[in-house]
Amino acid sequence: MPLIPMADKPILTISDMSIVFSSPDEADIEAVRQVDLTLTPGKTLALVGESGCGKSVTARAVLRLLDRNASIPRGSILFQPGGEAPTDIARLKQDSLPLRAIRGSQISMIFQEPMSSLSPVHTIGDQIDEMMILHEGLKPKAARERTVALLDQVGIPGARQRAEAYPFELSGGLRQRAMIAMALACTPQVLIADEPTTALDVTTQAQILDLLRQLQADFGMAMLFITHDLGVVAEIADEVAVMYLGDVVEQGSVYDVFARPSHPYTQALMSSIPKMARKAERVRLSPIKGTVPAPRDRPDGCAFTSRCPYAFEPCATVRPERTDVGNGHHARCHLLTRQPVEAVA
Amino acid sequence: MVGYIIQRFIAMLLTLVAVSIVAFAIIQLPPGDYLTSYIASLSATGDQVDPRVIENLRSQYGLGEPFYVQYWKWVTGIVQGNFGHSFEWKRPVWELIWGRLGYSILLEGLAVVVMWLVALPIGIYAAVRKYSLGDYLATIGGFIGLAVPNFFFALILMYLAFTWFGTTLGGLFSPEFENARWSLPRIWDFLSHAWAPILVLATGGTAELIRILRANLLDELKKPYVTTARAKGLPEWKVVLKYPVRLALNPLISTIGWLLPALVSGSVIVSVVMNLPTAGPMLLRSLTTQDMYLAGAIILLLSVLTVVGTLISDILLAWIDPRIRYGGK
Repeated sequence: MPLIPMADKPILTISDMSIVFSSPDEADIEAVRQVDLTLTPGKTLALVGESGCGKSVTARAVLRLLDRNASIPRGSILFQPGGEAPTDIARLKQDSLPLRAIRGSQISMIFQEPMSSLSPVHTIGDQIDEMMILHEGLKPKAARERTVALLDQVGIPGARQRAEAYPFELSGGLRQRAMIAMALACTPQVLIADEPTTALDVTTQAQILDLLRQLQADFGMAMLFITHDLGVVAEIADEVAVMYLGDVVEQGSVYDVFARPSHPYTQALMSSIPKMARKAERVRLSPIKGTVPAPRDRPDGCAFTSRCPYAFEPCATVRPERTDVGNGHHARCHLLTRQPVEAVA
Repeated sequence: MVGYIIQRFIAMLLTLVAVSIVAFAIIQLPPGDYLTSYIASLSATGDQVDPRVIENLRSQYGLGEPFYVQYWKWVTGIVQGNFGHSFEWKRPVWELIWGRLGYSILLEGLAVVVMWLVALPIGIYAAVRKYSLGDYLATIGGFIGLAVPNFFFALILMYLAFTWFGTTLGGLFSPEFENARWSLPRIWDFLSHAWAPILVLATGGTAELIRILRANLLDELKKPYVTTARAKGLPEWKVVLKYPVRLALNPLISTIGWLLPALVSGSVIVSVVMNLPTAGPMLLRSLTTQDMYLAGAIILLLSVLTVVGTLISDILLAWIDPRIRYGGK
């Protein structure tokens, strides 16, 4: 089990997870092929990758929120809250009691669209109360008091009145705050945020990120933060995992990964970020060549082979091993095992 | 909310006025009136009618006067609770129809209740377990229910009841209870007769409700708020019932309004076939004999049912859906 230095025991460990979608008239699609992630209490792990690489599917798999046609044929999702015996969420039954006891209470989730992710015909308060009534058996009155306190804590002005409001009566930012309050209602140990700021404007985005950081300091939960925005990663994450076409290709601390990206895909990602520079010093952005292949055209070996400038003989057929490049920083690339690190950078 | 209801109410009154004009125009449409056909039938049998009697009747009802005068007489009478006289039955219209209309509303109301009770669980099941055996059965049953005409289903039911159990279905009461006062045995007698027509009346609507509910619910089940509800740790049945079902019902509730009148007009043939003392057959007969006040009153009351039904569903919808309650000033 890979351990991150200076961190306490991991609370959630995903190892070698694969997610397969089956459909009656097509061949199965392995949307997520190989995911290894480790979450530690009080830390934020950002999961980055382009659209369709399997970030959201991975996040949903942790709470087993995937559709009926998805299955997790391989790998494990070990949830181990402080000192207790680990539970493999990947092996729990859908809609079973142990799974429902984890959902919302110990691991909770914030979604991307704060409008459509809240029920339009129930009040904000009603939707938050429900969590505490369900998991902690509070009486509705007591639950409402906690809800109001929570709404206040996430920075919603006039919390008591706003608890009576319906989602469509609030602005996007307030709705996302309400969503966060809901996720935190039962003080979970793991918070999964699935692109929580993507649908918001930049100012609101910054406020929500600040709020999440603040709340993490207060509650001490581990956070899995899904995003495609490297700027957001730099702002909120302690660690970052890069995903490409269903594989986690690299994981490490934000500083290491940003300073010394070890996988060609991460390197390409980093060089596609525009930088502020004087006119004379400006360089053209270098986009990653080619397009993301469909999962069924993915090579057996490293998924990035078809677009990788350094691809060589074993890449297309042999899956690269997870290689430690120092300081708990891992990457999956044949270059790392074949040549010294400096040849890559 | 109160403003919304008042607004709806005023709209309803205006609609009623318009409806009454149209209803009156419709019963005036056929050439001639009841008196001409009455005189014609009397002369045919060789009887003589006292011209003064006819003159009296003419002036009493304003027959032969311009449309708006007749309409005004009719409407002012109705406002005072006088629906006029039935020419054919020689009795006040109100006396004739209120019992029949009562049975109509009772039967069709029960049919609506049965419809919802049957369609709700089946529709939900069919959507949640899409493409399962149960879903296919519900679909097949639904299509059959939609496709078989009500009266035909009534005939089949009556035939089966007679050949298998030797009982005749028809009417709403056994002879000994026909004119009795309401009592427990009479209610029992009513129910033992009424189940068949209620079943017949409910089939088409049930099938339709199942289809609509299934389609609505399938749409709602894909919405992100359902995932949110699951992520909260709610048990699956509660997730489905509290969130998507609640939203899938909205379009259905808005149709309660026109369910009632559609049932009333749709039940005419069933009522004739099953010999039910409801308003449908009486409307049919009054139209053929040009018994204009009787026909007019029934048409008007059916329209009132529609309009009131719509008002009720509007209010229900506003009550259940805050987006309507607070949306659009």
